[in-house]
Amino acid sequence: MPRELTLKDHLFESRLFMSRAIILLVFCALLVLILFSRLFYLQVIAHDHFITLSDDNRVKILPIPPTRGLIYDRNGILLAENLPSYRLDITPEQVKDMQATLDALDGIIEISETDISRFEKMRSRKPRFEAIPLRFHLSDEEVARFAVNRHRFPGVEIQAGLSRHYPLGERAVHAVGYVGRINERELQTISTSNYSGTSYIGKVGVEKTYEDILHGTVGHQQVEITAQGRALRVLSRTPPIPGNNLYLTLDSRLQAVAEDAFGDFSGAAVAIDPRNGDVLAFVSRPTYDPNPFVNGIEVADYRALQQDKYQPLFNRALRGQYPPGSTLKPFVGLAGLEMGLTNPGTGTYCPGYYTLPNRKRKFRDWKRWGHGPVDLNTAITQSCDVYFYDLALSMGIDRIYEYLHHFGFGEQTRIDIQGELPGLLPSREWKRRNRNEPWFPGETIITGIGQGFTLSTPLQLASATAAIANLGNRMQPRIVLARQAVGDDSLIPSLVEVSETITIQNPDNWHAVMDAMVNVVHGERGTARRIGEDASYQIAGKTGTAQVFGLKEDEKYDAEKIDEKLRDHALFIAYAPVENPRIAVAVIVENGGGGGSVAAPIARIILDQYLLDEPV
Amino acid sequence: MNTIISTNREDASRRGWQYSLHIDVPLLLGLTGLSILGLVVLYSAGDKDTELLMRQFMRLGLAYTVLILTAQVSPRLLQRMAPWLFGIGIILLTAVLLVGDTSGGAQRWLDFGIVRFQPSEMMKIAVPMMVAWYLADISLPPNWLHLLGSVVLILIPTLLIVKQPDLGTSLLIASSGFFAVFLAGLQWRVLTVMAIIVSAAAPLLWHFMRDYQRQRVITFLNPEQDPLGSGYHIIQSKIAIGSGGIYGKGWLNGTQSHLDFLPERSTDFIFAVLGEEFGLIGILLLFAFYTLVVVRGIYIATQAQDTFTRLLAGSLSMTFFVYIIVNTGMVTGLLPVVGLPLPLISYGGTSIVTLMAGFGILMSIHTHRKLLPT
Repeated sequence: MPRELTLKDHLFESRLFMSRAIILLVFCALLVLILFSRLFYLQVIAHDHFITLSDDNRVKILPIPPTRGLIYDRNGILLAENLPSYRLDITPEQVKDMQATLDALDGIIEISETDISRFEKMRSRKPRFEAIPLRFHLSDEEVARFAVNRHRFPGVEIQAGLSRHYPLGERAVHAVGYVGRINERELQTISTSNYSGTSYIGKVGVEKTYEDILHGTVGHQQVEITAQGRALRVLSRTPPIPGNNLYLTLDSRLQAVAEDAFGDFSGAAVAIDPRNGDVLAFVSRPTYDPNPFVNGIEVADYRALQQDKYQPLFNRALRGQYPPGSTLKPFVGLAGLEMGLTNPGTGTYCPGYYTLPNRKRKFRDWKRWGHGPVDLNTAITQSCDVYFYDLALSMGIDRIYEYLHHFGFGEQTRIDIQGELPGLLPSREWKRRNRNEPWFPGETIITGIGQGFTLSTPLQLASATAAIANLGNRMQPRIVLARQAVGDDSLIPSLVEVSETITIQNPDNWHAVMDAMVNVVHGERGTARRIGEDASYQIAGKTGTAQVFGLKEDEKYDAEKIDEKLRDHALFIAYAPVENPRIAVAVIVENGGGGGSVAAPIARIILDQYLLDEPV
Repeated sequence: MNTIISTNREDASRRGWQYSLHIDVPLLLGLTGLSILGLVVLYSAGDKDTELLMRQFMRLGLAYTVLILTAQVSPRLLQRMAPWLFGIGIILLTAVLLVGDTSGGAQRWLDFGIVRFQPSEMMKIAVPMMVAWYLADISLPPNWLHLLGSVVLILIPTLLIVKQPDLGTSLLIASSGFFAVFLAGLQWRVLTVMAIIVSAAAPLLWHFMRDYQRQRVITFLNPEQDPLGSGYHIIQSKIAIGSGGIYGKGWLNGTQSHLDFLPERSTDFIFAVLGEEFGLIGILLLFAFYTLVVVRGIYIATQAQDTFTRLLAGSLSMTFFVYIIVNTGMVTGLLPVVGLPLPLISYGGTSIVTLMAGFGILMSIHTHRKLLPT
């Protein structure tokens, strides 16, 4: 045992070791004690705090977007619906190589350049952990193909949702409008909590005006999520309240017939039920398909629509301001009668032109050789300008303004579609304010035939025509007939309101004007007699022609010689049946030429459809 | 002590099967308890991944084989091997720095074609062996010269490993050497001087740290500063442990663990899974096993018959304890994040085999004691 023979003091060393071992054990015990104090703090004292943190981690409150209300026409035909649609979302944070993922996806589903550029644009704006849509409206086949390959694509997921769809496409788009993705500006105006799960918002038309009613109220669910934000199971749920369905006053069959009646012409037509203000047809031509707008229209397509020379995006019925031309004559005539400045029997002589006393300038009649002796009835029936030059001058602009504005000229009808323009009913005061010029008598004269400064929208014209048909009770035009809460069969009708009751001095005056309007269609020399010949019911109407191109006083208008763009607008207003009017209509055909030959036949098609083909 | 003056009665008690197989039953019980607990927690931490569990099971099988084999090697042979093992270790560590494989930003591996080998693992045993060998034949407590020699022996491999960089392992190796010296009777005044030097050198150490190591220290001091970045690990593990409470959320029911909030939950942060699912009770059970192992290891050291085995056994046991306290301290937010697994519980490679080799040495030391002539 060599070790035993060394000089080492084994007993001492053993004791030394033992004492050191004990010190170390005490040291260990001390550290373990510290550790357990820490654990006691974490697991006992601060336990509640950490439970809260853990629940905050694990539980997320996710919004459940409400289902948007549907839009029907007055007969229950769907105009806007929600279709199930599949969307492909990518969460950039979970994707290692975005380019490789996109390339690989391309083989499985179709991805266009536009999809990629839109995706990249959104990606640069949104946080990395947020899912960004790459493709919308996946086909069933694409969904199935992706499902098989899903394991290859972490961070890529298919989301089922509802997408707005307009089954009638371009029909009635100017009334119904469309929804689109919520933009920055809209975000400022909406309640972000109520829209937390919603991606669409009404952009124009009824979709915009009735956004609050259509949208509904958001619901919530508490879900358990992973650190990547993937929902695992639902812990509790507050269901959303779906938006209300809307029934429009539109008759979609009438709408279709009216739209088609325009053929290739641009223009607008509005048909109103004079008794209650229901807008039965609301046409602006040309039109466009709203469906591509829902998920973001492709830039090139949008540019094409914007740059189209016929301006399909322009809502002519609501925002088109046209000189009313001769369609204003019945209103001016009625004003003259009611003010006692003329009566049905009084006449004047039309030599084909009119001059102000002591002035040289000739105001031409459209009929160069004149109408000869004319009274109110013939002046309306044959649309004599000279009669109305004279009447207008004797009334003066102030009284014209005073009377015509009761019919709603120069102001918004306040229809429930946003964006309406007011037209223009000129007055002395208006001219001073806007042009800083005094009013000239010559301007009064041309106002009498609806030219000059006067502008009106097709909607206004239709509403004013309805006011004649309804004997002075101008009804508030309305596009929404009723609303309906989901799960409730009962309809809540919109209010029928009188916009203005025009005071009647003498009912005979009204009938004189109405008779003249009947003569326009059914009289032997009526300007719209062609549409009256074979009508099975009586129509009251008035043709109009609005100059786009100013003619010099001696110049003759020749449609063949001038450019299409500068040709006159053709107008026609009408109501029918005369004895019990159920529909009033205003038609404007841009650059169409004559009101009697182009606009009146379109009105006749609309009236026929509504009066002869009404569902029983 | 009574082991030096042995009696016949004691001799007879050594004649059990444990002695012929060179197995120490209490130590084996503790280790087995830990292994089973480890597999249970790992099943949950790995999201019921049976393949992962099987791999860990195979690894444990290998580790226990190594344990049994090492236990057969006599302490005499170990003592003779010590300088060789240490020398080869230093050469391999140098080789790692020159031609080693880089993985995860650190150069730790030597690739021998078939086997990838981590020389720093071998040093976990070679360093305490070497220090014990160095101090074995001198008269204790060590004098200044021997202390200096020991410091050099510890510092060379430590610095080589720091350079890789592998802060966790170098910490373990330095402490294994330190414990050997401390058990050998390091004078208190020397210890005080060393403590002063180390604290004075701390700013210097900061200077030599890599950016990510500095970040870990900053994060440790204030984890809320960057809750989604470097502070994320520690915040999430505190939430896991704290929300576990006394009784835990139940096996496989940890939300932090199963909803992916807890990072590295099968490896370095597995303690948080235990804390979340089994609560304070589960942690107490774990520490019962750990205590059994560490105390038995120290006991074996006190029963050892010569300085080499004594120092080696003591150092290995204490290193095991450092493992435990560094990992649990890190996961509970008491210590900065140092990449060390929770011994015998964490999923992982070579470290389990090395640990078991260490315990094999402890068993060998205890079961190879000589029957001293009276």
